[in-house]
Amino acid sequence: MKITVDMSLCESHGQCVFAAPEVFSFDEDDHLVHDAEPDDALRAKVVDAVAVCPVRAIGIEG
Amino acid sequence: MHGSRIVIVGASLAGLRAAEALRAAGHRGHLTLVGAENRPPYDRPPLSKEFLTGERTPESICLGPTAHLGLTERYGHPAVHLDTAGREVHLDDGSVLAYDGLVIATGAGPRPWAGPLPATGVHTMRTLEDARALKEALTGARRHLLVAGAGFIGCEVASAARGLGHDVTLVSGEPLPLSGATGDEAAGFLTRLHHDAGVEILTRSTVTAVHGRTRVTGVTVDNATDITTETALLALGARPHTDWLAGSGLRLERGLLTDEYTRALDAHGRPRPDIVAAGDITRFPHPHAPGPISLGHWSNAVEQARCAAHNLLHPRRPTPYRPVASFWSTQYGVRFRAVGLPRYADHAELRELDHEKRRLEVAYYRRGHLVGALTAGRAARVTAYRSELARSLAGIAPLPASS
Ligand SMILES: Cc1cc2nc3c(=O)[nH]c(=O)nc-3n(C[C@H](O)[C@H](O)[C@H](O)COP(=O)(O)OP(=O)(O)OC[C@H]3O[C@@H](n4cnc5c(N)ncnc54)[C@H](O)[C@@H]3O)c2cc1C
Ligand code: SF4
Repeated sequence: MKITVDMSLCESHGQCVFAAPEVFSFDEDDHLVHDAEPDDALRAKVVDAVAVCPVRAIGIEG
Repeated sequence: MHGSRIVIVGASLAGLRAAEALRAAGHRGHLTLVGAENRPPYDRPPLSKEFLTGERTPESICLGPTAHLGLTERYGHPAVHLDTAGREVHLDDGSVLAYDGLVIATGAGPRPWAGPLPATGVHTMRTLEDARALKEALTGARRHLLVAGAGFIGCEVASAARGLGHDVTLVSGEPLPLSGATGDEAAGFLTRLHHDAGVEILTRSTVTAVHGRTRVTGVTVDNATDITTETALLALGARPHTDWLAGSGLRLERGLLTDEYTRALDAHGRPRPDIVAAGDITRFPHPHAPGPISLGHWSNAVEQARCAAHNLLHPRRPTPYRPVASFWSTQYGVRFRAVGLPRYADHAELRELDHEKRRLEVAYYRRGHLVGALTAGRAARVTAYRSELARSLAGIAPLPASS
């Protein structure tokens, strides 16, 4: 599974970090970092992350 | 319930997310979304922030699309009556919608002003129309804005108006703006942000009269001090939209009361399996609070709507709703993030306070247990608090789901 985060939209709300901590996290400057090709076993959590992002910055490809 | 008729009343964040969740969970039957506003659902948080400053447009705050959901959309027609015995929702145009399952998501509106008001120049902030009107008033020459009420919305509008170069007076009924919701430490940090930006703050004060006939000319504070102003925002808190539920037999107490499984309670306190509720209209029990709470936050509307949709479709195996609340606010470019229930703490611990770097970290406790945290410029820290709160909630057994 491939995911994208539109960093021009992302406001570091962190809802995705709550939903899928294995995939999303923050660096020391509050910038979001993510695993672009997480394991398929995490799909349900990533789908949750997509739904809770207030700016809909996260996309799933395949 | 899968092949049946479901009606959702309230076409905003909670209503739309409930519709999405119902479809995702396999509801193939009729699904009707009823909304009082004459437009598809849109997002409110930007209204008091980026929309006022011009960084976001009406198009960019649309919550849709809805086309793929196969909805019957009835916008511009508020529900005026609910018949729970006959399972019917009545709309203002006389139409009647029969349902097998109902989702109540009519949210909240601004707490109204009791006294007389001038015809123009006095604003509230809840809808796109409200935000448009205030934006127009704040376009052009430098003027004075008086903000009555220093909750999050009042504070955000003060910040936006300063950003646009206007003079702002913020009237707070509390010892410090937001001290009730966040405690003295966080409120002190926030007050200093407003102060440094040049906002005049009146604390422990209440606007007692608004003057002007055709246009607002000023206000009186505490029945004593007159302040001249050209524009006023009344941000006095929220009032849940429960009027249409009067006479429905559902339990209304500063909101619509639900059980721990998002089901509306009847007058005897019994949950109705065919009626669930989500978003700002609800008050519900939470293990970290002494009584029923209403959250009024974006992520609550989203998560509660999903839980409510599940519980409506699966009345025999409902999921308890016990969220780790999560809220954000942006003022003067500083991002505040809160998790849990700081309001219900009996003790706050200041972990970091750095005005220069504009960083703040406060942890909140109730009877010695963590119940919340608030940070500014420290997004990474919030995650750890959130996990701890989730663990603590998981350790408390839910109430039995008997109906
Ligand atoms: C200006 C502003 C800024 C905010 N900023 C933040 C923020 O930064 N962070 C955050 O977490 N939260 C924020 N919030 C809160 C967040 O927007 C709300 O929690 C969220 O909108 C709640 O969604 P809801 O669907 O429950 O209710 P609402 O959004 O209030 O929607 C309810 C809908 O139901 C409709 N309705 C009412 N009565 C009827 C009826 N009888 N029949 C049919 N329809 C009816 C209303 O017209 C409305 O469209 C903000 C809110 C506002 C107003
Ligand atoms: S939830 Fe959305 S806005 Fe928030 S950090 Fe994740 S991607 Fe960014």
